[in-house]
Amino acid sequence: MSPVLVVEGLAKDFTLHLQGGVVLPVLRDAALVLHPGECVALTGPSGAGKSTLMRCIAGNYGADAGRIMLRHRGAMHDLVSADARLLREIRRETLGHVSQFLRVIPRVPALEVVAAPLRARGVAREDALARAAALLERLNLPARLHGLPPATFSGGEQQRVNIARGFIADCPLMLLDEPTASLDPANRAVVIGLIREAKARGAAILGIFHDTEVRDAVADRRHEVAPLEDAA
Amino acid sequence: MSAILEACGLDLRFGAVRALDGVSLDLWPGEVVAIVGESGSGKSTLLRALAGLATPDAGRVLYRDAEGAAHEVHAASEAQRRRLARTDWGFVHQNPRDGLRMGVSAGGNIGERLMAAGARHYGGIRAAAAEWMARVELDPARMDELPRNFSGGMQQRLQIARCLVTGPRLVFMDEPTGGLDVSVQARLLDLIRGLVEELGLAVLFVTHDIAAARLLAHRIIVMRHGAIVEEGPADRVLDDPQHPYTQLLVASVLAA
Repeated sequence: MSPVLVVEGLAKDFTLHLQGGVVLPVLRDAALVLHPGECVALTGPSGAGKSTLMRCIAGNYGADAGRIMLRHRGAMHDLVSADARLLREIRRETLGHVSQFLRVIPRVPALEVVAAPLRARGVAREDALARAAALLERLNLPARLHGLPPATFSGGEQQRVNIARGFIADCPLMLLDEPTASLDPANRAVVIGLIREAKARGAAILGIFHDTEVRDAVADRRHEVAPLEDAA
Repeated sequence: MSAILEACGLDLRFGAVRALDGVSLDLWPGEVVAIVGESGSGKSTLLRALAGLATPDAGRVLYRDAEGAAHEVHAASEAQRRRLARTDWGFVHQNPRDGLRMGVSAGGNIGERLMAAGARHYGGIRAAAAEWMARVELDPARMDELPRNFSGGMQQRLQIARCLVTGPRLVFMDEPTGGLDVSVQARLLDLIRGLVEELGLAVLFVTHDIAAARLLAHRIIVMRHGAIVEEGPADRVLDDPQHPYTQLLVASVLAA
């Protein structure tokens, strides 16, 4: 089957202009291929660039060189050169991202936050809210919290809102940055279930899992990200 | 699809000050773009030049209407420009007093814009005014009161209702949450976000509130000394800023 994601020759530096222009090289010639239905775990020591690689693929960081080819609407597109409108369309339809932290408008209820990706795809409000409620229930977030803004929630509850928002739209490519970091065992099991179901419907998943139990339960293979000093 | 608004090479000098220095940008239907930068960076001047409220020394601004016809904003006659401002555009001023008529009732402020766009049926206008007051979370029972009886946040919501009642395609906002209490700002941001999504508006808004820009905008344009120094997807500009000035701007924000 043809790949969903092909990363080639990716390079990323950070230039810190406020620190006298110090340049921190993080990625050099990074490469990665992801096929439908597989889950790949990014591994490597802290600071090796796992999150940077993932954020480049999410379009959150710009790459300095290389290509990030992604299958969207049946054709391959290079995210490195994609403009803001194409990136927005890709994020809406193809690329799901569960980041480590939830960022939302202060007053919006959790249910609306989770339903937003479906609403953006044109799903009717009632349907979107019903699906959001079902997913939050599955993640053990009780109905009495659905109408409250997530800012009032605990870290674990916020993370579950974030996970629900990431999984609700059934994207063909999912990026998961430490999705189970502050979850209890019962909710970890729910997330493992969600990942397995996503794989079964053909989604490709790229994850950073510090929790080796979760990683071993969902990952088909590991992709080692080596720190640049070691690579040199 | 083509851009709804295209600006090319805008220059504007105020004496020795280059308020706009070769500014080019485009805005697409349904796109929300934030213009950020510190005071004096030229962001409000840019907004006014794009909306035809200030005339640049050089460069041009092209607006494409719903039928796809292009209008060169600064080459259009005053009458044509006024017609666009009444029907296709909305402009939300930082100070609601600049966008409202303070001697006219709340309902009248909304109805007046409808009448300027051609509405004549009194009952229909009054009903539309009541509906829009409710949509911006104002009590329609207060439609006969003067805006001065309203708080700053309520006045700002009234100004937004006055702007949106005619169904514009393109809305300019100059620091829409600028003069408001923080608690009121969040509510207004949520209201704007909801209306923009529901109505599919193209919005260009000026703000110095980086957090508001992240939450509302699809794209961010960073201005300094009258020029655009960086632009891109909102989260990328804020999480991976490239220009020294953008890095300074992002680093200067206090995390709550």
